[in-house]
Amino acid sequence: MIEIENITKRYGAATVVNDVSLVVQPRTITVIVGTSGSGKTTLMRMINRLVEPTAGVIRLDGEDNRTLPGYELRRRIGYAIQGHGLFPHRTVAQNIAVVPELLGWDKARTDARVSELLSLFQLDPETFGPRYPHELSGGQQQRIGVARALAAEPNVLLMDEPFGALDPVIRSKAQEDLLAIQKRFGTTIILVTHDMEEAIHLGHKIAVMDGGNLLQYATPAEILANPATDFVATLVGTGDRPFRFLSLSPAGDAVEPGTAEGEAIPASATQRDALAELLWSGRPALPVVNEAGKAIGRVTVDGLVKRASRPAA
Amino acid sequence: MRLDKLGVVIALIAGYAVAAAPFATFRANRIVAGEPQTLLAALPSWAGPTLLAVIAAAVLVGLFRTPSTLRLAASFAALAALLLLIGTAADHLTPPGNTYARVSPASGFWLLLFAFALLAADALTRLRPTPPLRILVLVLAGAFLGFVLFTGSWDRLSILKEYSARADSFWAEASKHVTLALGSLAAAVIVGIPLGVLCHRVQKLRAAVLNVLNIVQTIPSIALFGILIAPLGWIAAHVPGAADIGIKGIGMAPAFVALFLYSLLPVVANTVVGLAGVPVQANDAARGVGMTERQRLFRVEFPLAFPVILTGVRIVLVQNIGLATIAALIGGGGFGVFVFQGIGQTAMDLVLLGAVPTVLLAFAAAIILDAAVELSSPFHARTSA
Repeated sequence: MIEIENITKRYGAATVVNDVSLVVQPRTITVIVGTSGSGKTTLMRMINRLVEPTAGVIRLDGEDNRTLPGYELRRRIGYAIQGHGLFPHRTVAQNIAVVPELLGWDKARTDARVSELLSLFQLDPETFGPRYPHELSGGQQQRIGVARALAAEPNVLLMDEPFGALDPVIRSKAQEDLLAIQKRFGTTIILVTHDMEEAIHLGHKIAVMDGGNLLQYATPAEILANPATDFVATLVGTGDRPFRFLSLSPAGDAVEPGTAEGEAIPASATQRDALAELLWSGRPALPVVNEAGKAIGRVTVDGLVKRASRPAA
Repeated sequence: MRLDKLGVVIALIAGYAVAAAPFATFRANRIVAGEPQTLLAALPSWAGPTLLAVIAAAVLVGLFRTPSTLRLAASFAALAALLLLIGTAADHLTPPGNTYARVSPASGFWLLLFAFALLAADALTRLRPTPPLRILVLVLAGAFLGFVLFTGSWDRLSILKEYSARADSFWAEASKHVTLALGSLAAAVIVGIPLGVLCHRVQKLRAAVLNVLNIVQTIPSIALFGILIAPLGWIAAHVPGAADIGIKGIGMAPAFVALFLYSLLPVVANTVVGLAGVPVQANDAARGVGMTERQRLFRVEFPLAFPVILTGVRIVLVQNIGLATIAALIGGGGFGVFVFQGIGQTAMDLVLLGAVPTVLLAFAAAIILDAAVELSSPFHARTSA
């Protein structure tokens, strides 16, 4: 659990982060969203003390983060940044091994961990371990950046616009990878982005920041349904709101009894995908199948349209 | 076949050198005016046409667009023939038993040497040899030079006559020269790199330090030697023990200090530039993964800045080998001793005895350090660098 209590950061007369408090539950993904200059990155960097707060306390699992020297604290917290930040003079394997090395792991344990992580990110350790970062594609560099952040098995992972430099196709793949990895390791992730779409897709909870203030801290559904301010509403985008709302739940949740003709959609697909398929194929209903491929019912245009409307507050 | 532009220039130079310039100069003794000798007159009857044929062949290879390896072989053959036969010319022109006569290479020889060195350099550049290969070529060239000297082929050339008259002092001055150049470089590295790190970390210091070093760099070298005489003389006279370790107003001490001061700017400036060139993300990541400031400096900043710092060291070394020549003016020794003695006696051969080793030393230092700079950055994509 990460408890941020009345955190303020001032640079001279400018207040970059103004009296922000929020609690991040363990094993969840929290996304901090905001425009540039909103203080979102500064807030995140105060968690691992790359920035020292002017006032306030941050506690990790109940312990003040100022108990340890900054560098020791940072060795226990994963850190991944935009444009990967890999060390260009070190090989991929050496990059991933940085934190284990700083922590004094023995070579066998480090090597095993490096191989494990490379395999996890679908990169062959024999092929990619000895390469230098400039020999990799942008998507591969980004994966190595995340692998390095996870190397020492941290409970908390901080990510600053980790997918900002990727093209849309690789970006959505990277997002899926991140969700899978979070499930697998149960890491508590705090991710900073300016992209509300990404926030809604990845976050269990979203913190919206503007001008150093925390405007709203809630689940994606809540933010979509009841934006706290006009600014949050603008960020959510009124035109896309119903579709973003549908994208939060799987088609399986919208299943009605009955049958339908034509190609089926898996229950794990989002309701947004289901609606898109219905509209595109001009059908009134779609069959839904479970993981085993067995039909469990259907989704209808009417049913989905009802679900896309604003929930009663 | 199409003409090669550089080949045309080389052909013109070589043509002029053979047709209109003297190949060697004969003098009855060391300081009288010489008699210029053409290539055919300077060489025995078997050698003259041989050299002409080698030169003509190399010029033809250079003139047309031929493979780089062939061009390299032709230029090396021409250079070897020139260097070997200038010794033969000395043997040929010196009357038997005459120890006063002097034979030296003349403008035609130097022009031919320049022309084919140009061809060789161009061919080498086109072949893009790897750093170890470049070092190998340098070692082979050195071995060739050693072979020619060892076998005595040049013993009758005036420059070697000047050498044999002062063999002992030549090596003493050579060691002083190298000590001055390398010692002041070492001192500049020891002081300059920490100073560069400090300038990088403390913004306010940077402008001040770099400006002062810039001003030092603009002081003419002779003036700087002169300026240092007074303070070093004062130190020698007033600081106990200073005179005992060799600090004096003239001699090695001011030369060393002046070279050190000249060396500081490239070392400090390149350290600053190198550190500033470390990617922001790499520095952020270094702090983010929990490196201490010291770990960040030694594990991330220095390795990434190293090629740039080494480039500064290369500049300093080549510059110092040249500048150390002037140290002789204030009694600091080095190859400059022969240069200034030679100027004083109007004995050009003596000037060459000081100048040629200096040039060769600077040239070798540049090749070795260039190779080191390239080897030190395997992590850069060569194409993008």
